[in-house]
Amino acid sequence: MGWIYWFSSFNHTKPLALVIMFVTFVAIVFYVYGDRKRGERLENNKNIPFLDDESIKENEK
Amino acid sequence: MTATEMGSNEQYNFEVVKKFAFMTIIWGLLGMSIGVYIASELAWPFMNMDIPYITFGRLRPAHTSSVIFGFGGSALFATSYYIVQRTCQARLVSDFLASFTFWGWQAAIIMGDISYMLGHTQSREYAEMEWPIDILIEIVWVSYLAVFVGTIMRRKQPHIYVANWFFMSFILATALLHTFNNLAIPVSLFHMKSYSLFSGTQDAMTQWWYGHNAVGFFLTAAFLGMMYYFVPKQAGRPIYSYRLSIVHFWALSFLYMWVGAHHLHWTALPDWTSTLAATFSIMLLLPSWGGMINGIMTLSGAWDKLRTDPVMRFMIVALSFYGMATFEGPLMALKDVNALSHYTDWTVGHVHSGALGWVAMISFGSLYHMIPRLWGTKLWSEKLVGVHFWLATIGVLMYITAMWISGITQGLMWRAFDQFGNLQYSFVESVAAMHPLYEMRAFGGMFFLSGMILMAINVMMTIRQGSTESAKATAAKLSMVNA
Repeated sequence: MGWIYWFSSFNHTKPLALVIMFVTFVAIVFYVYGDRKRGERLENNKNIPFLDDESIKENEK
Repeated sequence: MTATEMGSNEQYNFEVVKKFAFMTIIWGLLGMSIGVYIASELAWPFMNMDIPYITFGRLRPAHTSSVIFGFGGSALFATSYYIVQRTCQARLVSDFLASFTFWGWQAAIIMGDISYMLGHTQSREYAEMEWPIDILIEIVWVSYLAVFVGTIMRRKQPHIYVANWFFMSFILATALLHTFNNLAIPVSLFHMKSYSLFSGTQDAMTQWWYGHNAVGFFLTAAFLGMMYYFVPKQAGRPIYSYRLSIVHFWALSFLYMWVGAHHLHWTALPDWTSTLAATFSIMLLLPSWGGMINGIMTLSGAWDKLRTDPVMRFMIVALSFYGMATFEGPLMALKDVNALSHYTDWTVGHVHSGALGWVAMISFGSLYHMIPRLWGTKLWSEKLVGVHFWLATIGVLMYITAMWISGITQGLMWRAFDQFGNLQYSFVESVAAMHPLYEMRAFGGMFFLSGMILMAINVMMTIRQGSTESAKATAAKLSMVNA
């Protein structure tokens, strides 16, 4: 369990946190912009606010 | 009741949305009136009238609680319940819990305001309410979380629209912030007074971790949720880039949590903590401006709406103020700038550029869009919306200009030395220098409040018009049935 003390030093955890955060950020950006088809699928969701109007009309029928 | 309203009322719970929307207006009137009064007290101190209940120290938290939690909170409850139902195409999961959040939230703020005037306070900024009220808020907030998550879970739409992500982030973060900032030991079970679980620097750190994240999640993330729904709806076109909104959400949610310590530069706080907060504050500029550009560019190709649609004007000017305040914030978080700006009116001006320019303006725009739809009618007067817009804009500009000049003057006067190394000005000299600017600030507030009064008249008349139309429609329907 001695390895756990490695985390008790800010000199270790600060660069570690930086690496984790940077990799996560790059992964999110890659997920969002990395694939054209996925990008189109994601962009399609922008129309959701306009779908409810149709749902209300259907409900009225 | 029109056909559309009848259909949507059965499908969705709009009753609670209406109640919150109505209370938004009431709290706006009350909170802003108190704001104008205390601004006037600073300019014309005779207005204290030697009555302890209405002195600046007691009314100031009543102002902040009424506008942040009363006006802003009610606007957020109203719009989040409206948006989550319409984007998930599902009714709120529990009408009882939703109604409980309404009555519980209103009760908490009323009790908070009364307790401040009676002199009860925890002395924690934006969290002055004493422990019994904190417990009530905790219960209301958990109910809010249950209603929101429950509604998302029963959605008919497979994807959760990004506005709901911002609302979820706001609800979760606020739950955490409220819980940990208010950890306190009451003096006794039947006594309002309590003492914080933290002390010294840790207490200061906890308070500003809460304080800045209240700005970040309550006053920013949640209102961005509002923006991501109402700007596209009012513009009649989808958001400029959905992918940018995803990056905006994750970057903003992650970065905000770290910046609170920039309120404690040049204090007993460890230097690295202070530097970390300043660094994250600078990084926040990117998602903030990404979001602002995303909102404004939604109007790309339809800029003429700015000329013709006063509701759209509110929303776009709100986004411009959001961009301006989120540029100013990182600037003020720099240690050297902070050495001048901290403890001065510049901070007050910055907060109001965000609170009036961004939060209030996007709320006005969203309410002007939502209220006629809730009551199944049209706005009573679009012209009045235009007048409100100009009163509000002039009011904010007067306010923040006064506070910029006042703040920078204060900062410079307090740090000026004469040839012998003594302070060049006494504190009271700086107070005297502020006087005309405090008057200007009070007038700016009066402009903003006048706009709010016009909005209240417009909204009340719209509701009345909607109710009359609804009564006529019901009567016509009944007569058809009888025939």
